[in-house]
Amino acid sequence: MSELLLAILLVVATLAGYKIIGQVPSLLHTPLMSGMNALSGVTMLGALVATAAAVSTGSALLGAAAIVLATINVVGGFLVTHRMLRMFRSTKLVDRQQDDQ
Amino acid sequence: MTAAVHHIIALIFVVGFLGGIRLMRSPRTAAQGNLLGAACMLGAVVLTLVKHGVIGTGLLWAAMAAGAAIGTVIALRVTMVQMPQLVALLNGFGGAASAIVAAVVLNGDAGDLNLFSRLSGGLALAVGTVTLSGSLVAAGKLTGRLRPRPVVLRSHGWLTGVAAAATAGLALAVAFMVGDMRVAVSVAALVAAALYGVVMTIRIGGADMPITISLLNSCSGLAAAIAGFAIGSPLLVATGGIVGAAGLILTQSMCRAMNRSLMEVLSGRTTVASGSGAATESATVDPQAAPRAPGSEPPAEEGREHAQGEQADLGTLLGAAKTVVIVPGYGMALAQAQQQVKQLMDRLEAGGAEVNFAIHPVAGRMPGHMNVLLAEVDVPYDKLWELDAANAALAATDLVIIVGANDVVNPAAGTAEGTPIYGMPILRVADAGKVIICNMDTAPGYAGVPNPLYEDPEVTLLLGDAKETVAQLIALIPR
Repeated sequence: MSELLLAILLVVATLAGYKIIGQVPSLLHTPLMSGMNALSGVTMLGALVATAAAVSTGSALLGAAAIVLATINVVGGFLVTHRMLRMFRSTKLVDRQQDDQ
Repeated sequence: MTAAVHHIIALIFVVGFLGGIRLMRSPRTAAQGNLLGAACMLGAVVLTLVKHGVIGTGLLWAAMAAGAAIGTVIALRVTMVQMPQLVALLNGFGGAASAIVAAVVLNGDAGDLNLFSRLSGGLALAVGTVTLSGSLVAAGKLTGRLRPRPVVLRSHGWLTGVAAAATAGLALAVAFMVGDMRVAVSVAALVAAALYGVVMTIRIGGADMPITISLLNSCSGLAAAIAGFAIGSPLLVATGGIVGAAGLILTQSMCRAMNRSLMEVLSGRTTVASGSGAATESATVDPQAAPRAPGSEPPAEEGREHAQGEQADLGTLLGAAKTVVIVPGYGMALAQAQQQVKQLMDRLEAGGAEVNFAIHPVAGRMPGHMNVLLAEVDVPYDKLWELDAANAALAATDLVIIVGANDVVNPAAGTAEGTPIYGMPILRVADAGKVIICNMDTAPGYAGVPNPLYEDPEVTLLLGDAKETVAQLIALIPR
């Protein structure tokens, strides 16, 4: 993809993100943040490509380290976000669960 | 796979990420949104492996398996109180990964890069490294391994300026070097960026950590986006941009909630007050003092026994209140008193009172921290009020119970000009009929400004570990 298109993509994605993320209530700002941790792990895609293309052992090892770090972000980020979001329940749900017990 | 097909599928995944965030507008659909994001990320990984024909490369799978295993263990073991340091650490990992990608692309054997890729590579290396070192300092302050108070070195401003200029200069210079010189300049840029991250964050105080980790969150996205430019990946560019925007929004929202500018926070001016003598003096108090860690002895004059009559008064107060608002702060988290607070809510509700929670945006050590702590102990989210809703309801509230919160309810924010909290929007608890404060002691909060509420005749003070004082309150509620 050409540099110009990439630059346009960055601007559009940032603006769209800004608009949509601004609507997330402060109630959910902690899970939003950990979810963004997961998304910033997208750099693992770059790490995969760089590692696969590496010829020298040093580059391959560095690349593998980047894959490990970024995958921790992706997996840890999505999982901890899921754990948190499951805790948020409305009065109705909490009451129903307490009745069940 | 042609490039066009790849780009179209990549765009679908980006739209999927945005759709996932859109579902986070409501706590009912937020978990689905997170799953949608995770599914798109998995798709993006497979897409990348297929496009480059490396889906069978064992090293890649081994590295991913290792990262996934570590990530799973971390995500399952972390407690909700530890969320701020986890997020700080993950910000750092994201930055580090982007920096390494840039370093490998720049100095590897992937063939010739054009100037644009080399320039973005140098920048990604610098931004990623700043994110890493800054996040490590932030995580250290949050865990208490480093002192949370601002560390101001001699000529700190000068040092920061030099580090920033050196980082930028070296990062750009990388693009114009070849061979061994490029490796050398890359390493120099890395060292300068690491230093810059450290000098920038060590002078930020503990109370400003919500702003700091929001900013570093933004930086980790920025690093990924710039790395995306270096390798020509639309997925990295777009997703990095989204993360950057999210961090920016959170940073702005935190700054607004504290009525301070980002520049003030970065220059460490917020905790060392420049105004009145009293504030300057108390700013030198150890910021950990209030809320003090559980277990430390409260000063003798504050450890006074409550008279019998006072106890009876409290019982009557708790029994008579029809509307109660609980204001939690970081002291509740430090004392691990969430379960007791939930019991207090249950007991008051069993007695016929209506109980809600008032959550200040900067209560805790990261945006939204209190909400997660209370959701964990099954407090329904519709009882968690934001600042404006809470202030609108406080005048009609019979009783406010403050648990480990200080600066966010300090009326001095409206009057004490020149102090760090001046102008900060607070929860106006004095509007309510009666106030009970369950804090460790009456020392000033993180911001170092004395709280006039402690002298107010409508306020009852219950000093000590929040776990115990809230349990005392529960015992006093008439059955």
